[in-house]
Amino acid sequence: MKLHEYQSKELLGKNGMPIMPGRVAASAAEVPEIVEEIGLPVVLKAQVHVGGRGKAGGVRVVGSMEDVVPTAEKILGLTIKGLPVKKLLVTRACDIAKEFYFGVIFDREKRACTMILSGEGGVDIEETAKENPEAILKITSDTRGKIYDFQVRRAAAAMGVPRELHNQFIKLALALYDMFVDMDLTLLEINPLVVTDEGNLVLVDAKIITDDNAMYRRKEIKEFERADPENPDEVKAKEYGLSYVKLDGNVGCIVNGAGLAMATMDMVKHFGGEPANFLDIGGSSNTEKMKQAMKLILSDKNVKSILINIFGGITRCDDVAAGFIGALRSENIDRPVFIRLSGTNEEIAREMLEKENISADTRMEDAVKKAVAVK
Amino acid sequence: MGILIDENTKVLIQGITGRDGSFHLARMIEYGTNVVGGVTPGKGGQAIDGVPVFDTVEDCVKETGANTSIIFVAAPFAPGAIRESLFNDVPLVICITEGIPVKDMIEINQRLREGGSRLVGPNCPGLVTVGKSKVGIMPGHIFEPGPVGIISRSGTLTYEVASELSHAGAGQTTVIGIGGDPIIGTTFIDVLEMFENDPDTKVVVMVGEIGGTDEERAAEYIKTMSKPVVAFISGRTAPKGKRMGHAGAIISGGVGTAESKIEALEAAGAPVAGLVSELVDKVKERID
Repeated sequence: MKLHEYQSKELLGKNGMPIMPGRVAASAAEVPEIVEEIGLPVVLKAQVHVGGRGKAGGVRVVGSMEDVVPTAEKILGLTIKGLPVKKLLVTRACDIAKEFYFGVIFDREKRACTMILSGEGGVDIEETAKENPEAILKITSDTRGKIYDFQVRRAAAAMGVPRELHNQFIKLALALYDMFVDMDLTLLEINPLVVTDEGNLVLVDAKIITDDNAMYRRKEIKEFERADPENPDEVKAKEYGLSYVKLDGNVGCIVNGAGLAMATMDMVKHFGGEPANFLDIGGSSNTEKMKQAMKLILSDKNVKSILINIFGGITRCDDVAAGFIGALRSENIDRPVFIRLSGTNEEIAREMLEKENISADTRMEDAVKKAVAVK
Repeated sequence: MGILIDENTKVLIQGITGRDGSFHLARMIEYGTNVVGGVTPGKGGQAIDGVPVFDTVEDCVKETGANTSIIFVAAPFAPGAIRESLFNDVPLVICITEGIPVKDMIEINQRLREGGSRLVGPNCPGLVTVGKSKVGIMPGHIFEPGPVGIISRSGTLTYEVASELSHAGAGQTTVIGIGGDPIIGTTFIDVLEMFENDPDTKVVVMVGEIGGTDEERAAEYIKTMSKPVVAFISGRTAPKGKRMGHAGAIISGGVGTAESKIEALEAAGAPVAGLVSELVDKVKERID
């Protein structure tokens, strides 16, 4: 899960990292109180999950009290790359003597964690990687999952951290690395990490992505998601053990298994349809999941037909049928449904459906073609 | 022949008393798999379907001589279950469980590098050597004996492919799902090499998906193979930056696109089918 900047900073602050004081606001009226608390000048920053906020006018420095509310209103009225700005972070501005890039990622290729550092902070790191690759330094964790101080010291010198700040920088870099590991993060990006005029290190912008699989032991992060979901439907789906991604088409898809679900989307498209979603009902069998999946798809007004594609393995077809019949009783299913069933307990499931006068295809292509034909 | 498992495989089930463990115990026995024991901490001494249950893997291996473990333990406890089998030098460990955090898998991967055991998965359907042994959750009736070896990152899509191939008369040697997570114990290249060396496998089917670069790496290996490989990539229409269910299936930072995988595989001489029916045709052409 992607955290908002204000959530990332809350987490960093709780872990003792140097951030400027600040708080999030959902309306312009809340902002003056925060400004009085932290003092001028402040930076108002739109909280949306896209890059290029600054260029879009979503980040503004305010130096006087009378400009606070109008500027906040302006930012809260913005839509940046299709996303309306609903919250803004009010933070104390800090002077900047030098900017660095600092990041830690889960490195899939190396099956380890990699720290990424650059003397060219504040700009898009992917641009730097393309145009000036030697400006980027990488340190990959060893077989024990460790990164050591001498490695960071070498990087600090190479990226131009002032010598008198080396020890402070190394301590901070390793503390951030530990936090990355301890909190089950897959990305921790600080851009820029700043040296102030007084010679202090401050984390000015922060981006965190967490490992969804570790949420069961990261209650504090799960709380962020509940409090401010990026997509409420996707979060709700997750609670029922469904993996759901909303798309723009009109063929609602309910499938077991991610690979088959993607292949189903691909096939819908191949036959001229547009999938309304990706929905994997997951590995283990459960009638309630199927019912919730139907509810979710029915709530999407763009959906014109519903395609259920099940190849039972660990998921048993009879559980799926029971869930579907349950939905039949409790929901108003007002759009055509096409079912394909194969695999574990297929015969039992067919019998159950036949009693309700519902037939199911055996082959995926047949069901997909029917679902796509509905206009 | 086939690879990794056969009639001499003696299976132990970790999590044998759970809903999924006990259900698939019965399905595996039905298939003819030699299930010799199970482990559920605190439930040792019982028997399920005539199979003895032990408290620890160590006891189970000592008593039964099990040489392969299959794990059905819930995600928070699955890393512990994998470690237990690795510490007891079980040669082949298959983890069905999905949802294991990356941090745990980084650590487990370090131990695997030290050698000894092979891990298949996690988040995989297991494997079947057709007509001999099934150590997994796939429905047994969809497989027919024949000359095709199948490797897949997916579960149910593997069933789809196997079942269509069987219908078309293209049976299989071994069918293996290697799992949809970013860190897995056994990769495409490992299995391609085994199929290359298996005398009964004539054609290899590789089912990949978006995310990571394992397919691209596999393409490099395919260039050196003598046997024909036919591929399928799912997620061609998936949007960037959205995780498609599998923890590994995400296009991020321009890496992991279907286009890049298709290009690499085609360049290596492995045609990539867009539909399962197309895949079946391509496989049949290569058998005949």
